[in-house]
Amino acid sequence: MSRYAAMFDQLAARGEGAFGAFLVLGDPDLATSAALLDAVVEGGADMVEVGIPFSDPVADGPVIQAAAQRALAAGVRVADCFALISGFRARHPAIPLGILTYANIVVARGGFIADAAQAGADSLLIADMPTLEAEPFVQRMDQAGIDPVLIAAPNTPDATLASITSLSKGYTYCVSRTGITGTHEGGQFDAGLVERLVRLGAPPPVFGFGISAPEHVRAALDAGAAGVICGSAIVDLAARGGDVVNFVHLLKAATLNDKGRNDSRAE
Amino acid sequence: MRLSGRFGRFGGCFVPEILVPALEQLEAAFLDAQDDPAFVAELGDLLTNYAGRPTPLTQCRNLPGNIYLKREDLLHGGAHKTNQVLAQALLARRMGKTRLIAETGAGQHGVATAIAGALLGFETIIYMGAEDVERQQLNVFRMRLMGATVVPVEGGGRTLKDAINEALRDWSASFDTTHYLLGTAAGPHPFPTMVREFQRVIGREARAQILEQLGRLPDAVVACVGGGSNAIGLFADVLDDDVRLIGVEAAGKGLDGDNHGATLLRGRPGILHGAETYVLQDDDGQIADSWSVSAGLDYPAVGPEHAHLKDSGRADYVGATDAEALAAFKALAEKEGILCAFESAHALAHALKLAEQDPEQVILVGLSGRGDKDVAQAERLLA
Repeated sequence: MSRYAAMFDQLAARGEGAFGAFLVLGDPDLATSAALLDAVVEGGADMVEVGIPFSDPVADGPVIQAAAQRALAAGVRVADCFALISGFRARHPAIPLGILTYANIVVARGGFIADAAQAGADSLLIADMPTLEAEPFVQRMDQAGIDPVLIAAPNTPDATLASITSLSKGYTYCVSRTGITGTHEGGQFDAGLVERLVRLGAPPPVFGFGISAPEHVRAALDAGAAGVICGSAIVDLAARGGDVVNFVHLLKAATLNDKGRNDSRAE
Repeated sequence: MRLSGRFGRFGGCFVPEILVPALEQLEAAFLDAQDDPAFVAELGDLLTNYAGRPTPLTQCRNLPGNIYLKREDLLHGGAHKTNQVLAQALLARRMGKTRLIAETGAGQHGVATAIAGALLGFETIIYMGAEDVERQQLNVFRMRLMGATVVPVEGGGRTLKDAINEALRDWSASFDTTHYLLGTAAGPHPFPTMVREFQRVIGREARAQILEQLGRLPDAVVACVGGGSNAIGLFADVLDDDVRLIGVEAAGKGLDGDNHGATLLRGRPGILHGAETYVLQDDDGQIADSWSVSAGLDYPAVGPEHAHLKDSGRADYVGATDAEALAAFKALAEKEGILCAFESAHALAHALKLAEQDPEQVILVGLSGRGDKDVAQAERLLA
């Protein structure tokens, strides 16, 4: 069973949603980045999503852009990112880890997909590769044993969601109506999108945009999502030297069901 | 999508999923409009009675060789950009959009978009690298005079590539009301095909004009290539003829260093701004900063059809350095009384080399824009 499947099974049994933490690899340097990966796990992240920095991240808002620029300015290379992932995998054998990056990073390195699988990544999402271009990449990911994750948006038609269902594994990355990371009023989560994905049997829907406070986590789960990924808020907090462990802990706590939350308070 | 959007292995539609429906809507509007006599008539009327088509074909009197210039510098707005901007603006209106966004480098495409926005009543936002805003003040002022909002982009290298990134980000959130009026035959499908079709008028006219003036087709057609829209428009109607096609890239300070915009000559296949094409990049796939004296050629990717024309061998791509372009700019001014854009001067520079090799051959040069925007820079560089 894949790490994602095992995680979703265990969380479902406990009545919890998945909390995913996103960080840009190499931001602001390799040592700090490795420590931040450990910090989000310590805070209680169920899954970790990592960005391999790209010079021209068109799907990202100012916070993630700045993080990628910091990493690149520090001289971080793709090979360094794979080394960070290998290190993470050795320290945290059970936590699912997914890569989020851009198409040119994937095609520029012969064997990127195999290297990602080898380093211990469980999934790969390519932000500027929509479903209609995905098939050749998905075949290579299937061969390498890494889950292809595709993006579903509220304006994505059912025919495309059906393709997402047949092509992707791991989870489905759901975005909100407005297009880029880190620019959202929280709480805008499309229950209709989740419903359509569930009806088609797509991999578990996880909201990737608009999560920066516990109430956003609740709202996303109330919309039917299996989990959430928080990116810009964590990256911004880390850049300002804030307490990432505590922040992740606070957001993770919001994924516990009412019974869980009561238990947690009673402890 | 109804069309493949591919040119051999190049092209495609590499955008975030959320933009795919907007591109599908655009493709449908483009294909439907081409078959709609009312659209064709309105565009034809605008091109003739507003923008000044057909543009002349001028045989050079005093430069060496036998060079003909297709005079897009005389089009309203001062460059070929206006052709396809008017067409896309009509499409935007047809799709019910009320807002136009565009990227611009030197400002020519921004000016053309501001023109269309003013004429057809759109709110118009122009993204422009902060560096370009500083060095192209004249065009910034022109855009603002016509009611456009110019947004300086501070990210990345603060030039054209970063302006495109920012326009794409805007569009990801705004496509319901907004058309992204991309300025060249690059980007995701359907832009490369659509922009080529809307710029085809350059080549169609030039072909008819040279047949009328000379009684035969030229031996070579030469155009500058940044994104590649004026070149693809000039090439489109002679692709099947026995005519050499030559695209001239910005060799900047020299092809052997890092300071150039010669994507087809020095880049390798990759994916940027929605298309698989040649890209200037490092080993990891990080996009390199390009360089050219002409902001319009200062772009690290290129339209995917040019990538295909290169790999298939149908067109040749060469470079002209900043210095060669400046010399051609100066020669055209002194010998023919024409101030051309630095971009167009790259094409002329190569044409002059060809004319030196064989003064008898007939060379058609795409004079894509006029040089007013470059006069201040020329004064400094030629001093």
